[in-house]
Amino acid sequence: MKIRSSTGDKVFHTFNYLAFAIFTLLCLFPFYYLFINTISSNDLSSRGLVMWYPKEIHFNNYIQVLKLKGLSQAALVSVGRTVIGTVATVAGSAFLGYIFTKRKMWARTFWYRFIMITMYFNAGIIPWYVIMLKLHMTNNFMAYILPMIVSPFYVILVKTFVESLPDVLQESAEIDGAGTMTLFFRIIMPLIMPIAATIAIFAAVTQWNSFIDTVFLMTNQKYYTLQFVLYKYLNESNSLAAIIRSSGGSGERRPVQDANGDLDPHDRLDDRRHPHFVRVSVLPAFLRQRHHDRRSQGLRSE
Amino acid sequence: MNSAAGTSQHPQTVAQPAARRRGITERYRLFLYALPFLVLVFVFSYMPLYGWIYSLYNYRPGFKLSDTPFVGLQWFRSIFANPTQTQEVLRVMKNTIAMSTLGIVTSVLPVAFAILLSEIRSMRFKKTVQILTTLPNFISWVLVYAIAFMMFNVDNGLINRLFIELGLQDRGFNYLANDSHTWLAMILWATWKGLGWGAIMYIAAITGIDQEQYDAAKVDGAGRFRQMWNITVPGIMPTYFVLLLLSIANFINNGMEQYFVFQNPINKDHIEVLDLYVYNTGMLGTNFSFATAVSMLKSIISIGLLFFANRLSKWVRGESII
Repeated sequence: MKIRSSTGDKVFHTFNYLAFAIFTLLCLFPFYYLFINTISSNDLSSRGLVMWYPKEIHFNNYIQVLKLKGLSQAALVSVGRTVIGTVATVAGSAFLGYIFTKRKMWARTFWYRFIMITMYFNAGIIPWYVIMLKLHMTNNFMAYILPMIVSPFYVILVKTFVESLPDVLQESAEIDGAGTMTLFFRIIMPLIMPIAATIAIFAAVTQWNSFIDTVFLMTNQKYYTLQFVLYKYLNESNSLAAIIRSSGGSGERRPVQDANGDLDPHDRLDDRRHPHFVRVSVLPAFLRQRHHDRRSQGLRSE
Repeated sequence: MNSAAGTSQHPQTVAQPAARRRGITERYRLFLYALPFLVLVFVFSYMPLYGWIYSLYNYRPGFKLSDTPFVGLQWFRSIFANPTQTQEVLRVMKNTIAMSTLGIVTSVLPVAFAILLSEIRSMRFKKTVQILTTLPNFISWVLVYAIAFMMFNVDNGLINRLFIELGLQDRGFNYLANDSHTWLAMILWATWKGLGWGAIMYIAAITGIDQEQYDAAKVDGAGRFRQMWNITVPGIMPTYFVLLLLSIANFINNGMEQYFVFQNPINKDHIEVLDLYVYNTGMLGTNFSFATAVSMLKSIISIGLLFFANRLSKWVRGESII
């Protein structure tokens, strides 16, 4: 009985360790693969010959990337929105979450629900876009910051956290004559640091990674973020590859596609002639972006 | 407390009427502190409701709203009356519901991940797994797509090279521009990105379970699986339930970033969820007003879902979610 259960245990443990090892590798390997391809010879990499370890190591790609136009500006915008946005979000949700713990606040439940409901319900992206236009939030750095200040989920986190603190702390400070503000800065702030740090991580990741807002709101290159620039590069290389494919070769031969959407091998792009990132097999969305630019200009002239 | 009250007895009695007066204004003072934030919420979350008015017009970008014809509920009627539009909306709804359902079904995966990880005895292995599996959560969907592209593209992607070398395929296969199993592919990417991160909350819940319960169960002769099933699972159920209810309330709001970056003309039929469809028809296409009407439909459905989830929450947990 005992022996049987321990062999069962062993089998379970082996599988468990193995499964986690495999999943961890799956999470890690793409990053590694991306990295070895950026430092390997572009020629080998574009032929797909760099699979497990770097070959003919060089750092030219990184030097080239640093020279890209608009990239330093995009980096500035990304860092700016991450730093300012995170500070604003943490401060805003910490203060608001704290105020909502005050039972005395006028119509507290109503206002709390007023905020919470926005977590589930929104007017839809087009009405939102129209209002952002009217508020002059397009091509405006503040569009990255202001809408992010109040985030219902973080307000809940802070409120719950503050409510779990002993009341005595606030009461005794109140007796000593501390007002709401003093209480917040001197007593509450130091105590909610753990949850504030959590929120800071969440908010920073959100700010750094979001790019849909750039897609909708920013047409001026000045406000592009790194994510958006990366997206544009990916798409431009897509469309470039597609254009080369469709016009490549002699005459006006149309690309031949089979049932899988695969292009006929003759229509494949000869990668060696093209930049490193032109390695794409899907069709362009880049043209759509241009269309979008025109459209939002049309809207703005309203 | 007592000594503090004792020493400050005199100033307190003097301050008594002032304190009472303050108690009344205190209510409004606290409200005023919150007001700037409430205004922000109003401006960015409630004012867009005004934009719903565009669904009543035949709006063309570039014109004034008052210069465009008022058409009443025409766009709403056309969703149900015009067969092609009905079909389109149904297709998009099907995609939205399918992806959200798959999302809810796969929400048990982080639970399983956390439970199985808690069975690992080597602390170092556990920590390593925990840290490395959260990595994908920290990158944007754009970068996820870049990775997908590097791994799966038809010309020189790793997977194609590998499968050709192993003899599983005789030629490159375009995994990205491909409409078979689009839903599955999307849920797999979402799982890859979110599994490790999603498990963190459950791992924390498991550490909160009283260790003595396990010891007691062992004494009673419960095996490993019995312990998992009868102690760990009930221990994290409350956390799971809260998150499940939130995702039911958010059922229809499955965002668009992921689908936006992964979409291409070939997989469009199955990848277009509501928000993406609204973007494609309203912002890129020509039908601004129709798109607004569709997105209103979405808002109305999400209100219904919210009430449903709230009712469910009250019934199961005795607590509302808003």
